[in-house]
Amino acid sequence: MRIGIVTFPGSLDDVDAVRAVRIAGGEPLRLWHGDESVHGVDAVILPGGFSYGDYLRCGAIARFSPIMAEIIRLAGPPDAASPGLPVLGICNGFQVLCESHLLPGALVRNDSRTFVCRDQRLRIERTDTVWTNGYAPDEEIVVPLKNGEGGFVADRATLDRLDGEGRVVARYLELNPNGSYRDIAGVSNAAGTVVGLMPHPEHAVEPLFGPDHDAQGRSGSTDGLRFFTSVLQGALSV
Amino acid sequence: MERVRSVDTVGDAARTPDLPQPYGELGLADDEYARIRHILGRRPTSSELAMYSVMWSEHCSYKSSKVHLRRFGATTTEAMRRHLLVGIGENAGVVDIGSGWAVTFKIESHNHPSFVEPYQGAATGVGGIVRDILAMGARPIAVMDSLRFGDLRHLDTRRVLPGVVAGVGGYGNCLGLPNIGGEVVLDPVYQGNPLVNALCVGAMKHDEIHLAAARGEGNLVVLFGARTGGDGIGGVSVLASETFDASPDREGPAKRPSVQVGDPFAEKVLIECCLELFAANVVDGIQDLGGAGLSCATSELASNGDGGMVIHLDRVPLRDPSLRPEEILMSESQERMMAIVRPDDLESFLQITTRWDVEAAVLGEVTSSGRLEVLWHGETIVDVPPRTVAHEGPVYSRPLRRPARLDRLRARTPDRLPRPSTGEGLRALLLRMVASPNLCSRAWVTDQYDRYVRGNTALAMPDDAGVVRVDEETGLGVALALDGNGRYGALDPYQGARLALAEAYRNVAAAGARPLAVTDCLNFGSPQDPGVMWQFAQAVEGLADGCVELGIPVTGGNVSFYNQTGDVAVHPTPVVGVLGVLDDVGRRTPSGWRTPGQAIYLLGATREELGGSEWAFAEHGHLGGVPPVVHLADEQRLADILVNSSRDGLVDAAHDLCEGGLAQALVEACLRYGVGARVWLDEVCERDGVSPFAALFAESTARAVVAVPRSEEVRFTDMCAARGIPFARIGVVDDGGSGADGEPVLDVQGLFTVSLAELR
Repeated sequence: MRIGIVTFPGSLDDVDAVRAVRIAGGEPLRLWHGDESVHGVDAVILPGGFSYGDYLRCGAIARFSPIMAEIIRLAGPPDAASPGLPVLGICNGFQVLCESHLLPGALVRNDSRTFVCRDQRLRIERTDTVWTNGYAPDEEIVVPLKNGEGGFVADRATLDRLDGEGRVVARYLELNPNGSYRDIAGVSNAAGTVVGLMPHPEHAVEPLFGPDHDAQGRSGSTDGLRFFTSVLQGALSV
Repeated sequence: MERVRSVDTVGDAARTPDLPQPYGELGLADDEYARIRHILGRRPTSSELAMYSVMWSEHCSYKSSKVHLRRFGATTTEAMRRHLLVGIGENAGVVDIGSGWAVTFKIESHNHPSFVEPYQGAATGVGGIVRDILAMGARPIAVMDSLRFGDLRHLDTRRVLPGVVAGVGGYGNCLGLPNIGGEVVLDPVYQGNPLVNALCVGAMKHDEIHLAAARGEGNLVVLFGARTGGDGIGGVSVLASETFDASPDREGPAKRPSVQVGDPFAEKVLIECCLELFAANVVDGIQDLGGAGLSCATSELASNGDGGMVIHLDRVPLRDPSLRPEEILMSESQERMMAIVRPDDLESFLQITTRWDVEAAVLGEVTSSGRLEVLWHGETIVDVPPRTVAHEGPVYSRPLRRPARLDRLRARTPDRLPRPSTGEGLRALLLRMVASPNLCSRAWVTDQYDRYVRGNTALAMPDDAGVVRVDEETGLGVALALDGNGRYGALDPYQGARLALAEAYRNVAAAGARPLAVTDCLNFGSPQDPGVMWQFAQAVEGLADGCVELGIPVTGGNVSFYNQTGDVAVHPTPVVGVLGVLDDVGRRTPSGWRTPGQAIYLLGATREELGGSEWAFAEHGHLGGVPPVVHLADEQRLADILVNSSRDGLVDAAHDLCEGGLAQALVEACLRYGVGARVWLDEVCERDGVSPFAALFAESTARAVVAVPRSEEVRFTDMCAARGIPFARIGVVDDGGSGADGEPVLDVQGLFTVSLAELR
């Protein structure tokens, strides 16, 4: 199964996403922002970073790149029941997805007004998405979080709808690091194919290179890997 | 056309030999100006004057420090050089770490700009050192920063500190480089002169090393990256001097900002673009543009190569078309590089820069004339021997004098300062110490830095050293630590430098890495003060001697003078970076214990050494006496034990002892993973003849605490005994939760118990 990882000018965690796909057992294919085709990949990851310097607004310029036009077309409208191209947007990728209107809401400057890098505990609340089917319902995981503009905001009606339709993929536990409404760390489209996530599962796929284990050896380290194995499993079951 | 005609050409210089020139305002001394006239056989043009003034500034020419820095080269033996692929003098030194891999690393200061404009000063400090590493042909893989500020309560600290931290983070995070460690020190002595030192490390294969030399007549000189604007003009000269205003009849904006403005996005794109250019083998020589901009890049490339170069300055892409040639030559606009490209490669070169949307302009070519010629719309405005600009600047042997007040300072020992002896008193002291500005957790700073990006970070702050993987196949990687202690330097600059070296060396070894090489950033006051110059000479001597004793070379670094306001200079603050290698970063040792039941050993002997200590400073605002004694042979043996134990799996945690002594080390090792410890000090107090207070707070060197699995204790203690390092079993890791609320505790038996919740 081939997973495309898009590199925009200013993408940073593209190398990490490529590695995560490889460790998960998938075949990573690097995609260039100027391409007008996704070269037939089975799923796409929009990685973290500062696409186009995040000038104007995070993700606002990337959303108009040639490859995004194709991805928006293939992913389909956000409320469609039928599944389109699976897309995982991590951090800056999440911002690009919101700017593209593939996902509702927006991401604004952290309420702390500073960049935050920490090991973040999350609860995975939606486990029937293409990207999270490997997690148990309400499973708690720890993955790195690092963002300056990660506060998820939306109007009340949208938030109620996301909650009501079970489209919140992950929520922050213990500490809300950026002022996200209702502690939302990630959301999905109706079909569960497009997922946006502010924390970084691709930084928790190898022992020793992710968050610390706690004293009892619980959690951390490779908790993020199942985002990347989920998509492979999902493809097999479709 | 009017503007073009008003340019001062070489012809004009010949015609008006006696035209008065404002060399004093540009920071040149009378004899320096006379020397320029002698070299050229005429008066310099205003462009030449601009070039010489900026290249002969302290920052670029090292004119006050050169005579002393030669010591590093002179004392480096063949044996020390055996891992060195490129030594001092290039953009950065290059070290062989095995398996065909090389790493390059260097630290540089950006102190003055960071005081003037904290965010941009710090940001461009990071940007500059990253380009230095890139210019060696390496992919930058991590950054670190060493920061010193004044009093936390001072209003100006509230301006400078958050700005600097945000600048380091904002630029580094946006470049996608993990920040893996460093220091933050607060001391009123740095109030008007904060220190912002940034380090970058890069990795490459041996055959990928690039050098800054313009060779091959007819090869093209290509400027690429960001456009040139009016920022940072004169910034590289001492900022205290007037900003550039060379010709009295100049038009346009009279004053321009002295501090450069960074664009990390442009730099990230430039990094990827350069690495693609290197991979395509279309770069013959390369130099980054930093301090002194085009003046520096052109003269250094020419001087290091065949010696001749012609540049058409009007071809430089400008952000501000009103810039005059003198300003273009001095501009410190960021995110620019200059490459030497063979004519046949130009097309491939431009294809790559176009793919990355990076602007490139062919400015001229390499010649065999031995002259650096700069033309402006066809008229020659610079015609100089490049070596006289880049490498043959003035060299001063400035007067040195041991400051008289040093004896008074050293006589004022901390012996009479009140110190607790009861368990209750020690407990209260420990709680005050861990909450003091220099010992409390640095997470409020380091949580603003991305330590995960690129996925190779095996250790980062708060561990003793940052560890990053270089080779994903084998796990080969490097460890880096950055340390300095200005108070020790103030009491004894020679020993202060050795102590900084010893601490960074110990930190790298504690992480399990074999120390290989050194970089240094020497932060001092005014070189025109003989007392400061004496401190500088002492520190260089101490560091050079220390490196010889440890058998590891200085590969490069930076000097920052004029960290002084009026008569008040900063403490002599050499910041030393040590780089070590791990064959497999998976074997690195973290600084905290996790497994209850493991034995805690204290390695090394404790003496009642409290001069310059954190205790004297934090508790009593006291600075006096002498710093701890440093025996580098002991450090070497300790490092040997730490590295071998890590390789053989004899220790699960290791933490070095430094500021705050054993007490601080125990607290940090407990807090790292939230696991407590039971500790007893009687044996150490009796063996070393010290009080429990000294055992806890003295800052004797060559010490570390380690956690040893029960099954390995015999092998471990045998190894310590065989190497003659004092060791004592001072406790066990204990997750028992004997605190009131079931919280783990640090229990110093017979003296006090403190819960980790209280320590946080």
